[in-house]
Amino acid sequence: MIKEYSSISNVAGPLLLVEGVDGAKYEELVEIYTGTGDKKRGRVLEVDKDRALVQIFEGSTGIDVQNCRVRFLGKTLSIGVSDDMLGRVFDGLGRPKDAGPAIIPEALLDVNGAPINPTARDYPNEFIQTGISSVDGINTLVRGQKLPVFSGSGLPHNKVAAQIVRQAKVLGKEEEFAVVFGAMGITFEEANFFIQDFTKSGALERVVLFLNLADDPAIERISTPRVAFTVAEYLAFTKGLHILVVLSDMTNYAEALREISAARKEIPGRRGYPGYLYTDLASVYERSGRIKGKKGSITLIPILSMPEDDKTHPIPDLTGYITEGQIILSRGLYRRKVSPPVDVQQSLSRLKDKGIGKGKTREDHADLFNQLIACYARGKEAAELAVILGEAALTDMDKIYLKFSQEYEGRYISQGEYEDRTIEQTLDLGWELLRMVPRGEMKRVRDEYLKKYYDAKTPEKAGVTG
Amino acid sequence: MRKGEITKVSGPLVVAKGMTGSKMYDVVRVSDERLVGEIVGLAGDLASIQVYEDTSGIGPGEAVYMTDEPLFVELGPGLIESIFDGIQRPLDIIKENTGDYITRGIEVPALERDKKWHFKPTVKPGTEVSPGDILGEVQETTLVLHKILVPPGVQGKIKDIKQGDFLVTDVICSLEHDKEKHDLTMMHRWPVRIPRAYKERLAPSLTLSTGQRVIDTFFPIAKGGTACCPGPFGSGKTVIQHQLAKWADAEIIVYIGCGERGNEMTDVLLEFPELKDPRSGEPLMKRTVLIANTSNMPVAAREASVYTGITIAEYFRDMGYSVAVMADSTSRWAEAMREISGRLEEMPGEEGYPAYLAARVSSFYERAGRVKTVGRPEREGALSVVGAVSPPGGDLSDPVVQATLRVVKVFWSLEDKLAYQRHFPAISWLNSYSLYIDDIAEDVNKMTAKDFTDLSSEAMKLLEQEAELQEIVRLIGVDALSPEDRLILEGARSIREDFLHQNAFHEIDTYASLKKQYKMLSVCMFNYNKAREALKRGVAFDDIVKMDIRDKIARMRYLEESKLDTIDAIKDELTAEFDGMIKGETKQRETEKETTGHGDNEKGKGDRK
Ligand SMILES: Nc1ncnc2c1ncn2[C@@H]1O[C@H](COP(=O)(O)OP(=O)(O)OP(=O)(O)O)[C@@H](O)[C@H]1O
Ligand SMILES: [Mg+2]
Repeated sequence: MIKEYSSISNVAGPLLLVEGVDGAKYEELVEIYTGTGDKKRGRVLEVDKDRALVQIFEGSTGIDVQNCRVRFLGKTLSIGVSDDMLGRVFDGLGRPKDAGPAIIPEALLDVNGAPINPTARDYPNEFIQTGISSVDGINTLVRGQKLPVFSGSGLPHNKVAAQIVRQAKVLGKEEEFAVVFGAMGITFEEANFFIQDFTKSGALERVVLFLNLADDPAIERISTPRVAFTVAEYLAFTKGLHILVVLSDMTNYAEALREISAARKEIPGRRGYPGYLYTDLASVYERSGRIKGKKGSITLIPILSMPEDDKTHPIPDLTGYITEGQIILSRGLYRRKVSPPVDVQQSLSRLKDKGIGKGKTREDHADLFNQLIACYARGKEAAELAVILGEAALTDMDKIYLKFSQEYEGRYISQGEYEDRTIEQTLDLGWELLRMVPRGEMKRVRDEYLKKYYDAKTPEKAGVTG
Repeated sequence: MRKGEITKVSGPLVVAKGMTGSKMYDVVRVSDERLVGEIVGLAGDLASIQVYEDTSGIGPGEAVYMTDEPLFVELGPGLIESIFDGIQRPLDIIKENTGDYITRGIEVPALERDKKWHFKPTVKPGTEVSPGDILGEVQETTLVLHKILVPPGVQGKIKDIKQGDFLVTDVICSLEHDKEKHDLTMMHRWPVRIPRAYKERLAPSLTLSTGQRVIDTFFPIAKGGTACCPGPFGSGKTVIQHQLAKWADAEIIVYIGCGERGNEMTDVLLEFPELKDPRSGEPLMKRTVLIANTSNMPVAAREASVYTGITIAEYFRDMGYSVAVMADSTSRWAEAMREISGRLEEMPGEEGYPAYLAARVSSFYERAGRVKTVGRPEREGALSVVGAVSPPGGDLSDPVVQATLRVVKVFWSLEDKLAYQRHFPAISWLNSYSLYIDDIAEDVNKMTAKDFTDLSSEAMKLLEQEAELQEIVRLIGVDALSPEDRLILEGARSIREDFLHQNAFHEIDTYASLKKQYKMLSVCMFNYNKAREALKRGVAFDDIVKMDIRDKIARMRYLEESKLDTIDAIKDELTAEFDGMIKGETKQRETEKETTGHGDNEKGKGDRK
C-alpha cells in the first residue's frame, strides 16, 4: 500500500523530516513531488514513532515545506537487472542515461545486497595478467581480489585503470572480462576519457557504465557503488561472467557520506567522517570475490585520490584496512617521468602469494620478486645517502645498487601506456636487471633458479621498449 | 511470549515500548522476521535494542518478542572444526539451508542436533558431583578429547550414567539432589557476557611457543597471557594471528574474525584442514573453532563475536586445556561499540568512543589467565588471548590501542616501515616488549639450553647498539665508524636477516621450534663473537664480511626440524675458517713486521650497514 503525505516539518541539507507518517520502514524508498512537479527520490534513514527522516538523493533544492508531497513506496531501493545492460550507460541510481531502450528486467534486486557467507567463498588465486610489470611482477592481481589505486590529484590513475581494464586477461582462458564502471563525482572529461578508451578498444559492449558526475547530485553517489555491485553480482554469479568493477572516485563517495552524517549532527569521527565509514566502505568492497561452484567472479579496482597525498587520511586508510593490498602512485616518481608511477615499495598485493609460481606465472616469480624489491630498497637507500653525503661517499657496492635502482625505475616500472608485456617478458626483464648486481648478492633466490635464470648464458632479449 | 512494540529504527538500533519487565542484555526477537536483538538500554518501559541482523524494512508498530534470557552460547561436543557467526550460528549449515548469501531471521541451533557422539563415563553411579566435575569423555576429533563437565549451578549424587552413542540433547546422566532429580545432557548453555568461574588464578610461568622466532626468542607470551599487535594496514597483523593459530603450542585454538575480510576466513577454512600440527601430525583444523563476523556482516553481531569466542575458549579451559584465542581485530569490536553508543546518544569519550571503552577492553583481556579450574579431578587450564588492533593511520595514540596497552602484558609493535622493506614479521625489535620474559625464563631454558635467555639478551643488546650506530651513519657515513663498530652492524644485520626475518609462506621457514631458534641464534652470535676475536687478532674487516660461510648461516632457516644437527656443524666450520684466517693473518703480520714494521690491514671498505 502506497501512502502519501504532505506533512514535511523540516528540510536541512539533503535531509527531510516528514511527520505523522504511519508505518514507515527503515531504508524504505520514497518519492518526493515538489510544488513545481519535479520528482525526486529518497530513502528513510531513521523512523522515530511517526516521524521519518529521509535522505534525498537529488538534494533538497526546490523542496519547500508547504507544497511538497512525499510518497512512501513500501520497498527498499532496488534495480531491475538484465544482461542487456552491457553496453549501456546509466545514471548514479541506475536509470538509463543513453538513448537506448528501457531495460526489461530479468530480476529485481535490492541494491544493498546481502553479505556473502564466508563458507561460500572461494579463495582468489588465478593470476590476472595486466601487462604492467609493476603490477604483474611485484603487486600481482588475482581474479576476485579487491585492489585499490591510491592516487593524488594530477596523477595518472585513470590511465593506469584504463590500461588494466584494456589489457587484463587470465592466461590460458578465453573468457574476457566484462566491466562495471561506477563514476562518482568525477568530471565529464574524466568519464569521457574512459568511454573513449572503451570505444577505441572495442570493449564498450562489455561495459556497464553508471555515471554520477561532478555536477550530478552528490547524495545520489552513496547509491552508485551499490547499484553497480548489484549489477556486477548478477552478471558474475547468475550469468557466470568475470567482472572487473572500477569505482572512481571513492573520495567523492565518502564526502557524500560525510555530508549526510553532518546533516544528522552525528558525532564525527576523524576529520569529520562518520565513525561508521569503515563498516560502510566494507559493505561495498566486500561484495567482490569468488563463490564456490559459481563460474563468474568480481574483481574490484576502486580508485581514490588521497587528499594532500596523505595515506593516513581516513579514506585511503580505511580502504587499505578492507582491501587486499593497494597500488600507490607516487608523485615523486611521476616528477621523474616514471610512468605509471607505481610506488612498488608501498604498494602491495596481499593475494599475490596464491596467484604466482609454477603453473600460474613461473617457478622463479616469488624469489625474483623478493630479490628485486630488496635490491631496489638498497638502491633507494644509497640514493638517499648520496643526497646527504655526495655520491663519492658511496661504497662500490652502493654505486652498483644505485645504478640498479635507476634502471629499475626507468625500464621496469616505466612502460608505455599501450605496452602490454607478457608475464615472461616482465620476469625476464627482472633477471636482466638483476644481472647488474653481483651474483653473491642474490640472497633471496634459490640456487637452482640462479643457475637457470641469472646464469643463463644467452640472456634473451627481455626489455621491450615502448 | 510477552511482546513490546517498535517505536524507532535507526540502523542497528531499535527502540521499543511496552518492555517493562525485561532486563539489560536480554535477548529479544524483533518483528515477525524474528531478527535477533539484545537489550542495551532501559528507560521506563522503553528498551533500546541492538539488532544482530540487517534492519531494513523494519519500522514502528511492529512487535518485539521477549525471551527473558541473556545471549547464550551452547557448549558441548560439536564446537571443534565449526565456523560460527558472531552469535554462534553455524555458517556452514546456514549455507546449506539458505545459499551463498546470509539472509535474515535464520534460526539454526549452534550444535548439530542429529549427530551422535560416543560418550564414555569416567565416574560411577553413587558419586557426589558438583559443578565442573568431569563426568566422562567424548573423542570429538583426533586431537580433542572433549570432557563433559557438570554444568555450573548443578550438583548431586549420580543415580545413573550411561555409556554409548548419544545426541547432544540426550540425557546421559541423572543426579539426585535434595530428593530432586536432575537430568544432564552433554551440552549446556552459558551467557557470553559473564566470565566462567575458576578456582584460583596462577601466575604465568610456562611459555606459549609460537614457532615465530621474533616472538619466542625476544617477546614471548606466557600460557594464560595476553598480547596485542597494533599496526597500520598491511603491516602483518592477520598473518601473525594466522601463524599463531597454526603453530602455537596450545591444545585448542579459537579464532575470532571480527569485522575483517571474508577471504581471510576462507583462507583459514581452506588451509587449516590441510596443514599438519607439528606436534601430532594431525590437521590443524581438528583443534580449531572459528568465529567469523566479517566486516560486511551486521555490526552489532561483531560486538558480540568476541564474547562468543572467549566464552567457548573458557569452556575448553575449564576442561583443563591450554587454549589460545586470536581476535582480529579488536578495533572493529570497539567501533561496533562506538556505533551503538552513538545511536544511543550516550555521552562520547575520546574519538567518539563510549566512556566505558577502556573498561570493556580490560574486562575482555581479564578473562585470560592460567587457572586452577573448578571441579574434580584437579586440573589446570590456561587461556591466552592475542588481539590485533587496527588504529587509524597506525597511530598508537588511538584510544583502543591505549586501552589495550594498559592491560596486556606483551606488545608486538608492527611497523609499516619494516613491512615496506619486506622485513616480516614486521615486529619492531626496538619498541616491542614482553613482561613475561622473567616469569617464563626457567621454562624456556629447560626446553632449550641454560643460556637461551642470556643469548637472547645479548642479541638484543647488539640490535640496540645497531640502532645507535645507525644514527651516526646517517649523519656522517659508514666510513667514520671503527671496524669494531662496523662489525656490530654486521652482527646485528645477521640477526635481523638470518634470524628475525621469517617467511610465513615458506613451507619450512613458517615454523621454527624453540630448539631450532636456539641453535640458529647461537650460530649468529657465535659468528659475531668469532669475528670480533678475529678482528682483534688482526684479520681485515673486509675479509670477514666476504666469508662464504655466511651463505650457510642465511640458509639455516630452511633446514627441516629433523636436520637441526647441520646447524651445529656450522659452528665447527666457522671455528675452522676463523682459525685459519687468524693463523694466516699472524703469519702475514710476522713477515710484514720483518719487512715494513707493521701491517695496515685494519681499515677496509666493505659492505655498508
Ligand atoms: N611473516 C610474513 N611473511 C611473509 N609475508 C608477510 C608476513 N607478514 C605479513 N606479510 C605480508 O604482508 C601482507 C599484509 O599482512 P596482513 O594481511 O597480516 O596485514 P594486516 O596488518 O592484517 O592488515 P589489515 O589491518 O589491513 O588487515 C601479507 O599479505 C603478506 O604479503
Ligand atoms: Mg588483517
